[in-house]
Amino acid sequence: MSKKLLVATCAAAAVVAVVGGLGARADEFTKQDLERWEKEYMTVVQKGRELWTSPKLGTNGVACAQCHPNAANTHPETYPKFQKQLGRVATLREMINWCLQQPLQGKPLALDDPQMVAIEAYVAYERRGVPMAPGKH
Amino acid sequence: MTEYAYRRRDFLKGAGAAAVSTLPLSMVELAFADPRENFTFAYISDSHIQHIKDAKFVHNWDRGLIRAVAETNLLTPKPDFVVFGGDLAQLGTKAELDHGAEMLSKLRYKTYCVMGEHDYYLDLGEYWSKLFGPQHYSFDHKGVHFVVLNSVLTYDEWTYNRWPSAEQRMLEMAGLDNPNGSPFMVGEKQREWLRKDLEPVDKTTPLVIFSHSPIQKIYKGWNFWTEDAEEVQTLLKPFPRTNVIYGHVHQIQYNQVDNIAFHSVMATAWPWPYPQSYAQAAQHLPKLTVLMNRADPFFERDATGWQFIAVGTGRVAMEYNLYNNTNRRVALNPATGLPEDTAFQDPARQIPPQIHY
Repeated sequence: MSKKLLVATCAAAAVVAVVGGLGARADEFTKQDLERWEKEYMTVVQKGRELWTSPKLGTNGVACAQCHPNAANTHPETYPKFQKQLGRVATLREMINWCLQQPLQGKPLALDDPQMVAIEAYVAYERRGVPMAPGKH
Repeated sequence: MTEYAYRRRDFLKGAGAAAVSTLPLSMVELAFADPRENFTFAYISDSHIQHIKDAKFVHNWDRGLIRAVAETNLLTPKPDFVVFGGDLAQLGTKAELDHGAEMLSKLRYKTYCVMGEHDYYLDLGEYWSKLFGPQHYSFDHKGVHFVVLNSVLTYDEWTYNRWPSAEQRMLEMAGLDNPNGSPFMVGEKQREWLRKDLEPVDKTTPLVIFSHSPIQKIYKGWNFWTEDAEEVQTLLKPFPRTNVIYGHVHQIQYNQVDNIAFHSVMATAWPWPYPQSYAQAAQHLPKLTVLMNRADPFFERDATGWQFIAVGTGRVAMEYNLYNNTNRRVALNPATGLPEDTAFQDPARQIPPQIHY
């Protein structure tokens, strides 16, 4: 969500709170809130899936999904972990950038780039239900 | 030492120590009662030559095929022939098929080609057939009947009516995990051809079937699957020594279903995850299979390779020639009557990289 939109949303929420005569309660949210948040997340997951299958993410037409159908063999639940090829503990986003630069012959993304967030969201979504296992090989 | 192991040693001696120790061999051996009848052929598959633009192709995939061809040419003893197992191209274009055919033309052996879905769905195999000939056929070699199937056909509605352009149809089928794809099949017409082709063949003749997709049902989501697998298997039933060799899966798989031994081959381009690595779907990888090592992407050719196959007992003996890993050998174990890895079948001997999750 952009900063501008976020400000607008907050302002709208404040107006609703004032008009409704209710104090906004930080620890309370509704079923509608949950549905909206899920929708926001799935929108980003969908964007991630589009990037995952896009021949335009790198420079040589190769897509992430060519080697990782359904983002399989990416093991997001194991990060951060010691990456023997780098000789240090690395994060999933670093490994995504490694793939962007090597097999896809592209440029790395900033770690907070919305595209990076979308890719990570998609990878994690495909791995839902698998227990966290940081450091696992 | 079993007779089988003795033959294996003989074979290695014949192959020459240098070739065995330095080349990633994935040769197929068909073994017969009379060792003089033994022969070998090589199997290269799934090169996915991918056009970027103009004269540029994806370097990584090019190197995989170039290496397989070069190593196959260095084999001693010479294989009787080579099979290319399909998916020569990524999107079936003339540029990709021509570039791939040029690389294959360096092979110094008679080469048989199998159709893959990446070769087929742009023009339904028209240009491929111009380069390589018929899409299904059979031949006999030293007492073995070989059959090549086009197993990547699908429902007519999907092929002919669903997509606004040939390019889109190709793209939809090219995405392995694309839910808009469609299950592979041999189809009624080709099954009828197969039935007729097998009719005059003596039932004691060893059969070797080459197909791109597995003629068994492993995981539909990635088309590790042939929709009419059972119908094809039924046609093969009368032949006690039947072998099916397939590509498409980019990984080591082997299985036995009644009379049929199944063996997959490696890709030269890139490895695929085993279906159990996808946490959201059930799959049926053959329990017999000892998995290949997990790939290390920092080695561009890791978990790719080609195979050297010997045909001696009438059963395929598969030597996986792996570029950055210890070679694997899967052959009939006469004690169990099943294809087994000659080093790793015993769970106690399996190693951590063979665990996929």
